[in-house]
Amino acid sequence: MAEPLLQITNVSKRFGGFTALDGVDLAVAPGERFGLIGPNGSGKTTLINCISGSLRNESGSIRFGGEDISALPAYQRTRRGIARSFQIPRPFSSMTVMENLMVPLEFVRHRHTLHRSDTRAEALEILGSISLADKADTPSNQLSQVELRKMELARAMAARPRLLISDEAMAGLSGAEIDEVLAILFKLNDSGITIIMIEHIMQAVMRFSQRVVCLDAGKIICEGAPGAIITNANVQRAYLGN
Amino acid sequence: MTARGYRFWIGAAIVLSAACVAAAVVKNEYYFYAAYVVIQFVVLATAWNILGGYAGYVNFGSSAFFGVGAYIAVMLIKWLNLPLGLQIIAAAAVGGTLGFGVGLLTLRLRGIFFSIATVAITIILETAVINWRFVGGATGIQILRPPVMEPFESYTKMLFVCMVLLAIIAVAIARHIETSWIGRGLRAIRDNEEAAECTGVPTLKLKLAACAISGALMSAAGAPLAMYQSFVEPASAFNLTYSVSALAMPIIGGTSHWLGPVLGALLLGSVQQIVTVTVSSELNVLVVGVLLVVFVVAAPQGLVGLFTKVKDKVKGN
Repeated sequence: MAEPLLQITNVSKRFGGFTALDGVDLAVAPGERFGLIGPNGSGKTTLINCISGSLRNESGSIRFGGEDISALPAYQRTRRGIARSFQIPRPFSSMTVMENLMVPLEFVRHRHTLHRSDTRAEALEILGSISLADKADTPSNQLSQVELRKMELARAMAARPRLLISDEAMAGLSGAEIDEVLAILFKLNDSGITIIMIEHIMQAVMRFSQRVVCLDAGKIICEGAPGAIITNANVQRAYLGN
Repeated sequence: MTARGYRFWIGAAIVLSAACVAAAVVKNEYYFYAAYVVIQFVVLATAWNILGGYAGYVNFGSSAFFGVGAYIAVMLIKWLNLPLGLQIIAAAAVGGTLGFGVGLLTLRLRGIFFSIATVAITIILETAVINWRFVGGATGIQILRPPVMEPFESYTKMLFVCMVLLAIIAVAIARHIETSWIGRGLRAIRDNEEAAECTGVPTLKLKLAACAISGALMSAAGAPLAMYQSFVEPASAFNLTYSVSALAMPIIGGTSHWLGPVLGALLLGSVQQIVTVTVSSELNVLVVGVLLVVFVVAAPQGLVGLFTKVKDKVKGN
């Protein structure tokens, strides 16, 4: 594998007496479509919280683009190229869709140098690419579930990430809507963005990923191509029991 | 500058000129004595709104900053006999530093926990002043006013114009924050702090800046109190009603726009003055309470929200 974009070495995270992550090792190559699966409570969201900086890992290191980012606050990691969506959408609900995108545009992309009208044009372009341009001036608290999911992806894209972490972006969507979001993620990957997908919808994650890792009780129990993961005995035991 | 920017500054110039003309023409001193208090609340409410309204961190310690401003002025009068302008600047500097320090200690707390921590600041500082003999301790201190400056004919009128100027500065700062990237960052923090941090907003830095600016303006508003009353004591300078009013006024006026705290302070401040004169000063707090309940129930977005609603309806028809 080429020099990994994201290198996680021996990362552990505890909440009091509960060990959420237990010595996780992981490497994601540039441009890769990477799937992360595991039963509820296996530590998937904790792991991406550690990667994005919402939580700090107690031991081990997280390197991104060759730099150790373990000690950096989340906003610094975003500025270095890690963006994420949330399991339960977290829109800036007092703002319009456009304004939601202006936040990363102003704080990451242009750091207050660009004129407002240029920022607007750029936000419109991103919204156009995921067919959400007609909702630009809609307050974000009036969006439907699929529109919220798409807006979260658009907001992550506005930070021009090198790595996008999609945390259950398809939960609660219909079949057609899942296809729509998948198409967006494929398109982003084509443009060179590395994507980590966390998903419970197996059909989607298996179709999308080039490589899949399965977590259980904070440990990696299996790693490989989607086909091999599905038939792996450890994975089946983790999901279905003995 | 945008067309709105020009309109704002023309409006500010008109307000300041009107205050100066009123000071020259109106003879009854009482109007200025009362208006000073109302305008002082415009500054306090505007300052509170920078952290409480834009970023959603409800500060219950406004009276701590206000009292510190008043006592910095007392200290400078007693110690160096500095003029009013320098007292205000020094108070703002100390208030800003205090805001930064308090922010460092408390801004990692969220919601109600932050609010409770800020109440404690008032109690700590008031206790410190009560035990400090140099500034009069618990009994307070009498201040001798220096001769009034030209062209003003009385000290109260001069303080009134000074407070109007302070209010314009405070509103201009709040307006600038609101319309710039800082304001958008603070709103993102209010809506969802974790999402804000993950979209590149340096949340702690922005909150600290907001807390420092807010604190500086509150202390600046408290600085002229020493000259206004000619007497300062801890129980009144650190009075909790300043905290309650500074919070109630933006909520009544609307926290999302700089005009909200201004309208709220003018409305509530004026009603309080009228009630004090016509009924009794004890009823003040009741007025705040009743108005707060009415607005929270009937117009949660405040006066500004109410206006926008009516405007949208008229446009819709």
